[in-house]
Amino acid sequence: MYQILAREDLSTGIHLFRIKAPEVARKARPGQFVIVRNGEEGERIPLTIADWNTEEGSVTIVFMEVGTTSKKLARLKTGDYLTNFVGPLGQPTEIEKFGTVVCVAGGFAIATIVPIARAMKKAGNKVISIMGFRTKDLVFWEDRLGSVSDDLIITTDDGSYKRKGLVTEPLKELLQDGGVNRVIAIGPTIMMKFCSLTSKPFGIKTIVSLNPIMVDGTGMCGCCRVIVGNETKFACVDGPDFDGHEVDWDLLINRQRTYLKEEKQSLELWEKSISS
Amino acid sequence: MSEKQKLNLNRVSMPKQKPEARVHNFSEVALGYTQEQAREEASRCIQCKNPKCMEGCPVGIDIPGFIKAIAEDDLPRAARILKDKNSLPGICGRVCPQETQCEMTCVLAKKGSPIAIGRLERYVADWEQSHPKAIEQRKENVKPSSKKVAVIGSGPAGLTCAADLAKLGHEVTIMEALHVTGGVLTYGIPEFRLPKEIVRREVNYVASLGVKIKLDNVIGKISTVDELLQNGYDAVFLAPGAGAPMFLNIPGENLSGVYSANEFLTRTNLMKAYLFPQYDTPIQVGQRVAVFGGGNVAMDASRCALRLGAKEVYIIYRRSEVEMPARAEERENAKEEGVIFKLLSNPKRFIGNEQGRVTSVELYEMELGEPDESGRRRPIPRPGSEFIMDIDIAIPALGTKPNPIIPSSTAGLELTKWGTVKTDEATGRTSKARVWCGGDMATGSATVISAMGAARRAANDIHAFLTSREG
Ligand SMILES: Cc1cc2nc3c(=O)[nH]c(=O)nc-3n(C[C@H](O)[C@H](O)[C@H](O)COP(=O)(O)OP(=O)(O)OC[C@H]3O[C@@H](n4cnc5c(N)ncnc54)[C@H](O)[C@@H]3O)c2cc1C
Ligand SMILES: Cc1cc2nc3c(=O)[nH]c(=O)nc-3n(C[C@H](O)[C@H](O)[C@H](O)COP(=O)(O)OP(=O)(O)OC[C@H]3O[C@@H](n4cnc5c(N)ncnc54)[C@H](O)[C@@H]3O)c2cc1C
Ligand code: SF4
Ligand code: FES
Repeated sequence: MYQILAREDLSTGIHLFRIKAPEVARKARPGQFVIVRNGEEGERIPLTIADWNTEEGSVTIVFMEVGTTSKKLARLKTGDYLTNFVGPLGQPTEIEKFGTVVCVAGGFAIATIVPIARAMKKAGNKVISIMGFRTKDLVFWEDRLGSVSDDLIITTDDGSYKRKGLVTEPLKELLQDGGVNRVIAIGPTIMMKFCSLTSKPFGIKTIVSLNPIMVDGTGMCGCCRVIVGNETKFACVDGPDFDGHEVDWDLLINRQRTYLKEEKQSLELWEKSISS
Repeated sequence: MSEKQKLNLNRVSMPKQKPEARVHNFSEVALGYTQEQAREEASRCIQCKNPKCMEGCPVGIDIPGFIKAIAEDDLPRAARILKDKNSLPGICGRVCPQETQCEMTCVLAKKGSPIAIGRLERYVADWEQSHPKAIEQRKENVKPSSKKVAVIGSGPAGLTCAADLAKLGHEVTIMEALHVTGGVLTYGIPEFRLPKEIVRREVNYVASLGVKIKLDNVIGKISTVDELLQNGYDAVFLAPGAGAPMFLNIPGENLSGVYSANEFLTRTNLMKAYLFPQYDTPIQVGQRVAVFGGGNVAMDASRCALRLGAKEVYIIYRRSEVEMPARAEERENAKEEGVIFKLLSNPKRFIGNEQGRVTSVELYEMELGEPDESGRRRPIPRPGSEFIMDIDIAIPALGTKPNPIIPSSTAGLELTKWGTVKTDEATGRTSKARVWCGGDMATGSATVISAMGAARRAANDIHAFLTSREG
């Protein structure tokens, strides 16, 4: 059992847990993830490591409420326990001095890109971050991402805060201006796909963090297989970071939708059970 | 009475759930002997002076000894004899291929049916589990050695090595990647062949010997083998199995609805998707399921698919039934339950719809040519024989290979060209000092008992090393 040392609500439906897991904290690197299970009947879901603290022996995760498991997690409070917490899994993000790195994040991934931006900056890069939200109320961690970036651009779909539009627009402008050496894009699949499409004509390597459905997260089921550069890869051991220009996005999106019917059934049942 | 008359060549049959009933549940198929049946079967054993059965047992159980104890109604003695050499008798009694081991070498096999050694082993193990105080623990008299051993993986190899070393007084910690112990026994072999309660109790027995178990520990990630050696462990036994699934490498294999057998079985057994939505992990079976392969894994996957509600389940195999590697008993069980064997067929590609879901598979008919390296006749596609079969779910069950996580994180660990760890068969030693290996990681996919045998040999060598001056 792994204790929740602290819980924070970052914005509507986005929560942060700091989990007691000293051994995981000791080995965590930017871009890696953990597998979490909540309760004996729970499923195993992957969540990116958003931060860690070796002194406290804690690992931070940030998750968005989307379905049964994430909504069940959202009911846990400080002091409660997670049944299982496995990690750090996957390959760390490649951190090097590239020159200028643009970090693009949307939704919950604002939190998970912070350690990457921080490490990129520490490695001597100029870091320009772009964070995108649907609307003003959902904005969080402007200060945190700002503090590890040389420049921070914020977009909202509806224009209620800072720049109106999608993250791909400022990304395209930066690429047009030249001088960008690497792009890191993390967030909803569709956002990562369009960031990759945006940067492709410029030939600037774009790393994305893929999020296929997983079970074990250790390479033994093949559920997480993705096609990158015409080759089948297991995202949990070979990734989750891949070259966005090489990813078969349609396959990923189709595979993510495999259980839509079951997910709906499960959520309805659970919502009924908590309302009664 | 002459010897001849006394010799009873017919074994007592094992009661089983009826096929019509069992395809609708995940309860155990074979129901086990009653005491009368066990005694009767045990009395058939002629107590050979030079028991051939033991030559076929990789862990050297005193087979006539425990059988005699059953015949004499001394079940505590039978249990003690078994546990002396085998920490997992309830498991082995259920899943070992006795027909190619002890029962094959039993002298009675030449004249009629051999003693049902596996069923008797299972009987004694189950009796012991319902009489937990029957055999006293002999833990008290082991002298602690003050040596620490890390065992990686809690499958049959890891459990056996851990139990043996704990009995010898070493301080043993098992590190397991998953949230449950047991390895394939838990995530692969289905409940109806091996109830998880049995695995849990046999693991508890190993823990009762003083073995510590750390779950959620992926070695190579949370700690490397070298870190374990630097941080106080005197020896490491690698038993991570060979859990990475293989695919057919044909077009369409990544469509939704194509599961590796490992994924299908893991969802079903480990995550209990057969109880979805009470359990959160979903699984899909649809109406028509095609399982590709001819081994035990294919049998398990197809029988799970039936129980999950599929209407038609096919096993598609490129050779004929005689070449199938699956145990005869499992083939029979599958057929009785209604699994349809589609032999001499091989897939060419999977076809999907706009949503990227598999809808059909294109198959070739095969014919058998000259024998290949495996001694079996080589299947050759018959030109122009392609045909399309509609399916909802496809399950390639082609076997597994070693997972790269440990090899890629352990410097100095030599591998074979199959990705298994180069291991000395007699001692389990690897190319790396203080590191031993056994089970599927050393041999590639094999059997529970061969993994246990290798683990026992390694435990002996680790013990010799730890008690030598080097250790
Ligand atoms: C490497 C990786 C890192 C991730 N990091 C984060 C993170 O930091 N924060 C965050 O909020 N989300 C993250 N996700 C996504 C997160 O795992 C899913 O949102 C979560 O599993 C949804 O489960 P649910 O039961 O709440 O929703 P469901 O209703 O079950 O599913 C909603 C959608 O989530 C996806 N999903 C469902 N089950 C799984 C599963 N077992 N594994 C992966 N995806 C699944 C499917 O595409 C599905 O359509 C990550 C995914 C991956 C692969
Ligand atoms: C579906 C199926 C049915 C089978 N049926 C039979 C049968 O009827 N009879 C029979 O004799 N054999 C059968 N086998 C084969 C048999 O199960 C295996 O040969 C045996 O389990 C191998 O034992 P092992 O201890 O080497 O590995 P495993 O049982 O594979 O156990 C390895 C354990 O190590 C863990 N692990 C892996 N990597 C790490 C890591 N990096 N860190 C920590 N832990 C790790 C795994 O999670 C797993 O729990 C079957 C196999 C399958 C897949
Ligand atoms: S070989 Fe057969 S008959 Fe002889 S002791 Fe062994 S089990 Fe009994
Ligand atoms: S999640 Fe099972 S292999 Fe990647």
